[in-house]
Amino acid sequence: MALTLDDVKRVAHLARIAINDAEAKATHAQLTGIFELIAQMEAVAVSAIEPMPHAQDLVQRLRADAVTEANQREQFQAVAPQVDAGLYLVPKVIE
Amino acid sequence: MQPEPQLATLRQLSDGFAAGKFSCVEVTQEFLNKIKELNSSLNCFISVDAQRSLAQARAADAQRAAGKAQLLTGVPLAQKDIFCAQGWLTTCGSKMLSNFVSPYDAHVIERFNAAGAVNLGKTNMDEFAMGSSNETSFYGPVKNPWDTTRVPGGSSGGSAAAVAARLAPAATGTDTGGSIRQPAALTGICGLKPTYGVVSRYGMIAFASSLDQGGPMARTADDMGLMLNVMAGFDARDSTSLQRDAEDYTRELANPLAGLRIGLPKEFFGAGAAPDVSRAVESAIAEYRKLGCETVEVSLPNMALSVPVYYVLAPAEASSNLSRFDGVRYGHRARDYTDLTDMYEKTRAEGFGAEVKRRILIGAYVLSHGYYDAYYIRAQKLRRLIAQDFTEAFKQCDVIMGPTSPSTAFKIGEKAGDPVQMYLSDIYTIAVNLAGLPGMSIPCGFDSGGLPVGLQIIGNYFAEARMLNVAHQYQLATDWHQRAPKGIEEIAR
Repeated sequence: MALTLDDVKRVAHLARIAINDAEAKATHAQLTGIFELIAQMEAVAVSAIEPMPHAQDLVQRLRADAVTEANQREQFQAVAPQVDAGLYLVPKVIE
Repeated sequence: MQPEPQLATLRQLSDGFAAGKFSCVEVTQEFLNKIKELNSSLNCFISVDAQRSLAQARAADAQRAAGKAQLLTGVPLAQKDIFCAQGWLTTCGSKMLSNFVSPYDAHVIERFNAAGAVNLGKTNMDEFAMGSSNETSFYGPVKNPWDTTRVPGGSSGGSAAAVAARLAPAATGTDTGGSIRQPAALTGICGLKPTYGVVSRYGMIAFASSLDQGGPMARTADDMGLMLNVMAGFDARDSTSLQRDAEDYTRELANPLAGLRIGLPKEFFGAGAAPDVSRAVESAIAEYRKLGCETVEVSLPNMALSVPVYYVLAPAEASSNLSRFDGVRYGHRARDYTDLTDMYEKTRAEGFGAEVKRRILIGAYVLSHGYYDAYYIRAQKLRRLIAQDFTEAFKQCDVIMGPTSPSTAFKIGEKAGDPVQMYLSDIYTIAVNLAGLPGMSIPCGFDSGGLPVGLQIIGNYFAEARMLNVAHQYQLATDWHQRAPKGIEEIAR
C-alpha cells in the first residue's frame, strides 16, 4: 500500500488544505517514512481481536430533552471573522 | 522553614498566606516580575495579563481576609494555552487561533477559578499539542532552563519550563502521548497524566479525544495531589467524563512503601534508553528497594507497536477534530479567495503549521475509503492488545516503573527535520495513553551533562493516590526534585 504523490494531493483536498507541487513532494517523502513505521502493525495477526475505541467501556449517557444553554450568540460571534445581522458570512455557495 | 515565595511549593504558599507571611497580590506580583525578566529568553508564556492576574489575586486576598479561603486560594498557576479561559487569548500554539479570545472557560479553568487560584498566564506549547519538543509552536520554541540550546520537551513545554525556572510554582498540562510526562522529565519537574476520564476535557482544545487528558505539573507529588483534587471530577459536558465519588488524592501520601511490588518491564530496560538515563532509573529503583519495595520483572510484549498504533489513531482523531477550524466561526481566515472551497483550503493552509498538516493528512488517509480497515480498525485492535499487556502485568505488581524518555533534553533543531525520530522519543509514554492508564514522571537524577532524568511511574486504573504516595515517599528520601537550574537558588531544606 505505497502512498503515491497523487494520494497526497487527493487527501490534501479531502482535508481542505491547499498544497502546491513542491509541498506535495516534500510531504510525500515524509509521509512515506511515517507509513513505513506504521507498517509495523502488519506483523501481528488481529482477526480475533475486538477493536478498542476507548480506554473505558462507556455507555453514552442520556439526559432529559430540555433546553440547558442560554443564548450567547453575540458573545460567540464576537470572535468570528465575518458576521452580519447575527449570521456568519461565507462566500456565495448557490447562484 | 518558610522559603521565599518564588521557591515555595503550593503547600508552602498556602501555609504562608494563612499565616499572613505574604499576600496573594505580593506573591502574584513577584512571579509576574520574574516572568517579565526571563520570558524573553525562555519563551514559556504566550500570554501574560498582569491586570487580570492581579485582580484575581486581590479577590483572593479578600477571600482570605473574610475567612473564606480554600487551600489553593491565591496560589498562582500557569495554564497551558490549550485550556480556554474566558477573556484570555487562547491560541493552542497555532496561527489558526492567534486572534481567538475565548468566550468561555474550560472545566479545569472553572475549577481553579472556583478554588480561588490565580491564572498567571497561558503557556507555550507545540501547535495543537502535536510535538515532543515545543518546536512546532507558532510562537517559537521554548528553551530548556537547564540549557537554553535544548528543548524542554513537548507538548506541554512552556508549562514545564516555567515550573523548572520557578516562573510559576505549578502549571497545568495535557497528555495525549506523553505531553505531560516527557517535558516534566526533560526539565526536572513532576507531571501526572490521570486515568482517562478523570479530568474533564470540556474547553480543552481537542487533539485526539480518546487519548487526551489534562493533569498537573509541579515540583512535588504533594502539590500534584492538591491540584488533582481541584481538577478531577465528573462533568456532564464531556461525554467520556467518569462518574465517580470525589477523592482526596493526598490521602495516602504518608503511607510507608514496605511491601510495594514494582513491576519492571523488560522492554523498558533494553538497549533503547541512553546509558545515563538507564543508570539514573536503576538507582531510583535501588532507592525504592531500600524503602522496602520488591521488584518483579514483567513484560509488555506489544509495547513496540504502540508508536505505529498511536500514529494511526491520534492523527485519525485529529483530522476529525481539526476540521472545525475552517475560517467561518472563529480563528484565522485567509484574506483572498475565490469561493467557499478555496477559502477553506487557503485558510487551513495558512493557519496550520507543517506538523499539524502532516498529521491531518495521515488521519484523512487512514480514514479514507479502502484504507479504514487496514489502518484504523487494525490499530484499534492492536490498542486492545497493548492494554491487555498492562492488565496482565498488574496481576504481578502494584506499579510499573521505567524511564519516561529514552534520552535527556536534545538540542533545538536536532530532530526537527525527521518526524519519525521525533515520534520515537515518546516510545515509553504512548502505550499508557492507549491503555487509558495513569502515568507520572518524577525527577530521579542527571546525565553526565547535568540534564535531568525522569522516572516514569505507571499505575493501574484510578491508582493516582497510590502513585502520588509512591512518588512522595521517594521525595522524602531524595532531593532530586529540589534541584534547580543554574542561577536559581536551591530550595532551603
